[in-house]
Amino acid sequence: MIETKNLVKTFKDGEAETKVLKGIDFKTEDGEFVAIMGRSGAGKSTFLYLMSLLDDSTGGEIIIDGKNAHKMTAEEKTLFRLEKCGYVFQDYALLPDLTALENVALPLLMQNIGRKKAYAKAREALIKVKLGHRLDNLPSHLSGGEQQRVSIARAVAHNPKILFADEPTANLDNESSKAVVEIFKEIHLAGQTIIMVTHEEQYAKMAGRVIHLDDGKIVSVQKN
Amino acid sequence: MFSALNLRIGFFLAVRQIKRASLWTTGLIVFVMVLTFLNLVVVSGVLVGIVQGSIDSHRTQDTGDVIVSSLDDKKYIENSPEVIGIIKSLPQVKDASARYRLGGTLEANYKTRKETDKPNIAVTQIIGIDPVAENNVSNMSKNIIKGEYLSPDDYDQIVLGSLLLEEDFSFNALFATLKNVSPGVKIRVNVNGVQREVTVKGVFESKVQDISRNAYMIDSQFRSIIGRNDGNVSEIAIKLNQGIDPKEVSEALVLSGVDEVAKIKTYYEAQPQFLKDVIKTFAMLGNMLSSIGLAVASITIFIVIFINAITRRKFIGILKGIGINGKAIEASYVFQSIFYALCGSAVGLVLVYAVLVPFFIAHPIDFPFSDGILVAPFDQTIFRVGLLVLSTVIAGYIPARMIVRKNTLDSILGRN
Repeated sequence: MIETKNLVKTFKDGEAETKVLKGIDFKTEDGEFVAIMGRSGAGKSTFLYLMSLLDDSTGGEIIIDGKNAHKMTAEEKTLFRLEKCGYVFQDYALLPDLTALENVALPLLMQNIGRKKAYAKAREALIKVKLGHRLDNLPSHLSGGEQQRVSIARAVAHNPKILFADEPTANLDNESSKAVVEIFKEIHLAGQTIIMVTHEEQYAKMAGRVIHLDDGKIVSVQKN
Repeated sequence: MFSALNLRIGFFLAVRQIKRASLWTTGLIVFVMVLTFLNLVVVSGVLVGIVQGSIDSHRTQDTGDVIVSSLDDKKYIENSPEVIGIIKSLPQVKDASARYRLGGTLEANYKTRKETDKPNIAVTQIIGIDPVAENNVSNMSKNIIKGEYLSPDDYDQIVLGSLLLEEDFSFNALFATLKNVSPGVKIRVNVNGVQREVTVKGVFESKVQDISRNAYMIDSQFRSIIGRNDGNVSEIAIKLNQGIDPKEVSEALVLSGVDEVAKIKTYYEAQPQFLKDVIKTFAMLGNMLSSIGLAVASITIFIVIFINAITRRKFIGILKGIGINGKAIEASYVFQSIFYALCGSAVGLVLVYAVLVPFFIAHPIDFPFSDGILVAPFDQTIFRVGLLVLSTVIAGYIPARMIVRKNTLDSILGRN
């Protein structure tokens, strides 16, 4: 599904260079749930962004769904993200001008699914995350937990091959975090591949495999 | 490429952004666009209106719609009664005023001056008219500012243009004017050595300065001064029925052979050269100002969209992140620009055609040589709306593209 070979990422600030990822080799299979852990600055979010084609690496290779990311144009990457990936961000990343239903429907509309069908799928996804009563609410009228559930609905409504989640519970209280994690469990059981960055051990335990990063390298792999 | 799908998604995003934007912000942007539209249409419209006012004054107060005048080598139109008959027989003609025109002098102080005093003389064109016919063509009675207009049974009466009188014309260094002359005062007319004492019946004022320097008498009395009994006149001003093209009548007169004894000109052809030059100059100025207005409009919308896009950079990043095509995002900003331009133009159109044009017709701007109106031909205004929309589309697209091209993750995370 995803394979990285000697993945390197360096940030430049003038003359100064910071090597955040120092050659990561990693492979995940279909239907797997992988958690990436590590202390702040370990490079876990950077690793996730590279795998999810949101950012470009400085060196190494990423093979995703059989395609070499380095050979893809920006437009191809955008299309790939639309069709094959789902994203859940720490700060929900919802569009403030769109209602919950519209936020979820937008990627479906971009896939040229008919308006009725797109809205029906979006509604279904929101009902699954228990937000059937909040369809027409703008993000600003939803709680943090509700916003994150809308974000998850948006990420999975089009049945992506891989769901990427970057610290999805970091901004949530305990109760909302548990609700979000329950949703992750459910969709994983339904066969969804998930790669999740988290710094919370209790949620990482849900994953089939936990990778620990430190100083830009994988330092341990733990199977649950 | 802006595919149909990208345009559809762009429209979807634009509608929601506009719908859920602050009313104040939208109102302010539309207000700026209205001002831009007015700058584009009204400024050049007033400039053209100054000239149009002058053209209208020449047409309505001097030449009429068509003017028939003596050939260059003749003092009068030969067979004038026959020509007048042809003119009046044309169904397009509403009225015609035959004028006798000759240069002469007017003397004011001939009774009171001592031998050592200089005579107070003004040189002028004296015009003999049928006051009813003349009024039907040039509405002259409306321009009387003192005293009264001529009546058909007046005897030895004259009306003077205001520029012949010192008190009404302060630039007397340029032209000799009459002092202490007002309605009721007697003056002496001298044409080709023939003198006649006449009473000033009224004073008129016209925006056409040439007319304001003329003096008018009843045609029969003027004929007796100049000794003309053949009925041949100097010129015939023709007023046409509403909507008739002057060219059509001009051509009909040529077909009737009038051009063999007279010059036939439409009001446009009869415009003095200086007026034609002024029209050209003002049209150039108008185009220059319109171009500046268009540039200002483009810059305004560029700034508005740029600020809008830069403050929404994170959301543009998110859109790209979840797979929304960059062209769809750019299209959303283009649609927003079009919305602002169309709203501004729509409000501007209502303001121009429902408020400003009627207002300026009712209350023309009092320029020295013209009653300035607002000229805004609808087809030209629509063309300007098109230009405005086109320039705002470009001005909206560029900043949107600049922001959309930025790295997706940098935009999401707010990194520079």
